[in-house]
Amino acid sequence: MALAARATAAELAPLETLAGPGIRMLRAPEIGLVMVRGRIGGDGAPFNLGEATVTRAAVSLATGETGFGHVLGRDRDKARLAALADALWQAPTTREAAEGVLAPVRARLAAEATLAKTRAAATRVDFFTMVRGDN
Amino acid sequence: MYVAVKGGERAIDNAHRLLATKRRGDPAVPEVAHAQIREQLTLAVDRVMTEGSLYDRDLAALAIKQARGDLVEAAFLVRAFRTTLPRFGASEPVDTGAMQVARRVSAAFKDIPGGQVLGPTFDYTHRLIDFLLEAGADIAEPATAPADDAPMPRVTDLLGNDDLIERNPPGDPDAPVGDLTREPLDLPADRDLRLQNLARGDEGFLLALGYSTQRGFGRTHPFAGEIRLGEVELEFVAEDAGFAVPLGTIELTECQMINQFKGSATEPPRFTRGYGLAFGHCERRTMAMALVDRSLRARELGEEAKAPAQDEEFVLMHSDNVQATGFVEHLKLPHYVDFQAELALIRQMRREIAERQNVAPREQQALPEAAE
Repeated sequence: MALAARATAAELAPLETLAGPGIRMLRAPEIGLVMVRGRIGGDGAPFNLGEATVTRAAVSLATGETGFGHVLGRDRDKARLAALADALWQAPTTREAAEGVLAPVRARLAAEATLAKTRAAATRVDFFTMVRGDN
Repeated sequence: MYVAVKGGERAIDNAHRLLATKRRGDPAVPEVAHAQIREQLTLAVDRVMTEGSLYDRDLAALAIKQARGDLVEAAFLVRAFRTTLPRFGASEPVDTGAMQVARRVSAAFKDIPGGQVLGPTFDYTHRLIDFLLEAGADIAEPATAPADDAPMPRVTDLLGNDDLIERNPPGDPDAPVGDLTREPLDLPADRDLRLQNLARGDEGFLLALGYSTQRGFGRTHPFAGEIRLGEVELEFVAEDAGFAVPLGTIELTECQMINQFKGSATEPPRFTRGYGLAFGHCERRTMAMALVDRSLRARELGEEAKAPAQDEEFVLMHSDNVQATGFVEHLKLPHYVDFQAELALIRQMRREIAERQNVAPREQQALPEAAE
């Protein structure tokens, strides 16, 4: 589900053909808000930081599996596809195929994370104090 | 007082059409797309998301375009938009300790586990206008270096391990979290409400107040313990799914300010702390927020509260720029009835004074002391 939430609608589009006929929309895609909470001092009691837009949807397959999609942003199509991904992943017959659709997303996110990390690492600094310090 | 007026419909429509043309500017210059604002004016977008109190980059970028770059107006548009949406619930509290760090600096310790990472920063630039940007020069590929997966604990946690800094009480997990978007702010306010208020407060107001504490109006001897920027996972317990679902990642900036110590007869001295957190990359704001958060704890820490930044009512009631601009700018709207009343009053006062002077000049001269 974490992968589907971070995928683009285009990346999830191949799921449509996997799903086949008989899909029911249990909840049509709906845009709303989730209040984002932080913690006082990073690790203390929670407080409300501000809201984020979230789109949610729910579908069921002809075989009975129910899937939920909850994704940041206002992309209705993506929320529906994320719900579909969840349902297809639960059905033993389509799990592997659903994984196949999500695999490139996993690879893209990993590549992006590595690039961001290595770029950040190049800006790592070793300060040493002059005159007053101990270095 | 503002009294409703009628009329002027055509003039208002025409004014808005004129506004649309002014917004577009010279048609010979290509129109800016909201995606360009989202990608290239990211810090403006981050400020509008934070003050609009809604994490949605596309929406904030569009609001900036609509508002012709007026960031307070853009925050106002975002706030208005959020009122049209249902709320699904609240997220699990984000774990900034598990952040994918893009930048992390400490002005208190130079050697911190995980290291200091400058990331994308204006710090150490010379603030000279770069005319190469005007010329559209190519951008060099960012350098890369091998990255390890060493954890980056919060600097304040390191001090906490030695018991040198106050702990953040975890709070009662069953206690409701204060929410000023649902209940009007009541004073005195608990720290959760104060932080929510400051988090959406005007950056200029927070900056000025934070600065005032540094200049001596409620001094708190701050050190930037840590500033970190990066992506965190957002999770939400969905009622229909019945468990915590990942929604995606959001970018946050966090500032841990370390402040002068406090002890008592029974407690050894420990550093105190102030906290800042914001959507996106908002470093100045989170630093100012942390300074003001600490100042507002004066009463709790038994300090004398004399400075503006320590005055809860003054700070919390004036921090919101949407409220502030609403009340200041409403002065532009027709106040004709009010002003007519004032005008009648001042004319009457002047008439009475003139009558007194004309009718009894001799009496007034005769009794100079009585007149005083």
